[in-house]
Amino acid sequence: MKPVPHARAAGNFIKDEERTNWHDDTLWFVREKRDKAAHGIAEWELLREWASQIKNHTLSCLDEYLLNFEKQAIANGVKIHWAADAAAHNQIIYSIIKEQKISRIVKSKSMLTEECGLNEFLHQQGIDTVDTDLGERIVQFRDEPPSHIVLPAIHLKKQDVSETFHIHLGTQKGNNDPQYLTEAARGHLREKFIASELAITGVNFAVAETGGFVVCTNEGNADMGAHAARIHIACMGFEKIIPRTADLAVFLRLLARSATGQPITTYSSHFLKPRAGQELHIVIVDNGRSRQLGRADFRNSLKCIRCAACFNTCPVYRRSGGHSYHTAVAGPIGSILNPNLDMKANADLPFASTLCGSCSNVCPVKIDIHEQLWKWRQELAKEGYVAGSKKAGMKGMAFVLARPGLYRFSGRMARWFLRHLSFLFKSKKLNPWYRQREMPAAPKHSFRNWYLKNKKK
Amino acid sequence: MSTRDQILNAIRANKPAVTTAPLSPAGQLTIYDDPVAKFTATLESIGGKVEWINKLDTVKEIVHAEQAKGLMVADLLGGHLQESGAYFADKPADFLKDIQLSCLQAVIGVAENVAVWIPESAMGNRLIPFICQHLIIILQKDKIVSTMHQAYEQINTFEEGFGVFLAGPSKTADIEQSLVIGAHGARSLRVFLLDQEG
Repeated sequence: MKPVPHARAAGNFIKDEERTNWHDDTLWFVREKRDKAAHGIAEWELLREWASQIKNHTLSCLDEYLLNFEKQAIANGVKIHWAADAAAHNQIIYSIIKEQKISRIVKSKSMLTEECGLNEFLHQQGIDTVDTDLGERIVQFRDEPPSHIVLPAIHLKKQDVSETFHIHLGTQKGNNDPQYLTEAARGHLREKFIASELAITGVNFAVAETGGFVVCTNEGNADMGAHAARIHIACMGFEKIIPRTADLAVFLRLLARSATGQPITTYSSHFLKPRAGQELHIVIVDNGRSRQLGRADFRNSLKCIRCAACFNTCPVYRRSGGHSYHTAVAGPIGSILNPNLDMKANADLPFASTLCGSCSNVCPVKIDIHEQLWKWRQELAKEGYVAGSKKAGMKGMAFVLARPGLYRFSGRMARWFLRHLSFLFKSKKLNPWYRQREMPAAPKHSFRNWYLKNKKK
Repeated sequence: MSTRDQILNAIRANKPAVTTAPLSPAGQLTIYDDPVAKFTATLESIGGKVEWINKLDTVKEIVHAEQAKGLMVADLLGGHLQESGAYFADKPADFLKDIQLSCLQAVIGVAENVAVWIPESAMGNRLIPFICQHLIIILQKDKIVSTMHQAYEQINTFEEGFGVFLAGPSKTADIEQSLVIGAHGARSLRVFLLDQEG
């Protein structure tokens, strides 16, 4: 099924101007917190470069690091599974659930499981999972996907959460106090943790030299699940590998500061071995990553540590909302990852950008995001995934711009039409540009005329 | 061919030319003149407070007061570690959920972000730092280092099954970016800096 294209979904999002402005401001506030945290570290730029080089190096030796990780993890008593794609990932987890006759499952945040559609898949098999990150629980109750990879319910106001909790948790109607609502979720989810048989978590960093992995949360939900349940399954895309424990220092210094402006998340949990009597599984997933690794222009998108700094700074994301991107990972980074997963379905995303470059400037691992967005546009045009009207427009533009005489004639015509037949430009049907904008008053003369007349003075 | 080998072969075929691992830019990394002062200031900036003690007696008083109220305390400090650790080791979550207060000794503290390292051997049970309502951490003041780089040089991540860098109480801002302390883990964290070996 073809999703609603970003531009159309964004058009719906901005119909509510007040809410759009609020969304914009809220995310900009997070961006400002990031700046403050980054400026508090004298060697910030050095850390970004260091992290970028570690990731470049890791991608260039990825097979060796994965093999070493596997060897160490197995020695630590961990079971390793490999999944070629989303379906295989889901099937591995389903098999463990069936084999062990599990019915009570808690999940902490994992964008990979969102990418693989794990919850929907399990639901179709008659198995329900409980998302335990507060934001994820809120959107799960509402039957919505997360709209942001770090702040899953950032598109909602407290009134929305209050209504949702009133329906699902029986909280007081109209009580919008975040403290009260969080307390209700705490009580509800504690019961789920305590009763859980299986905890599914993501992985922030997997360390090749130890076979261990790190999971970062502020709420403590990954730990509550993983240490309570008798089985823990951690799911990771294979690009989560870093070579050494010492490298964790670099990434943990960058991650939370880039994400929310905190110096570090409350919990950075280092898992190495299952506890006595527990099973620990790691599912290592490809799902298109090896293909992306082979695209020289796009491979360094695999350096991403999922901090979402590029979301928070993006003028298009802030004013169009995460759901407009119709993919598990939205925002600028999602727009360069998702065309690799499905070029046709996601051909709109690289165009959901002004190419201003702010994303690349805040990226803690120095991914050239805006350049890749631009390259994807060319790739998509070459592959025939760009709408005919856009292509014709671009070709027409190129034709005119390459011919100065024709360009000057067109300018004269446009100014005349704007002055005398302005209704043509103010038809939202004929002129999509006018939908959200006013047309300028047309000057009598072009800049060129003015310049030729004035340069002698 | 197994899925594993297919994935590894695809990576081998598609990976870029080898680049060397970067060297640590030692000498260009922040070292605080007074890491203890920085630790204190950072903790205050995230809503916590450092309390100074000379010996563990202050904490013992808090523990006794809670116990006198009939509340469950997981005291894993000093001489209690072995006995309490063994007691809590195989208790299920359904039992541990009633812990009102956990008291743990951290191995190291990091000035730049107030993260303290707690290895599994100091927890008794992996749930203890997380499932309790309130948490007290004891840290020797001479175990505070400037940044994460120094911290990882001093801790061992190869042996114990689990360990956590913990910074502050559990929190969330998932409802309209309003900070709420006490999401799923501890509702409060008090850090006691120990002036000398307690």
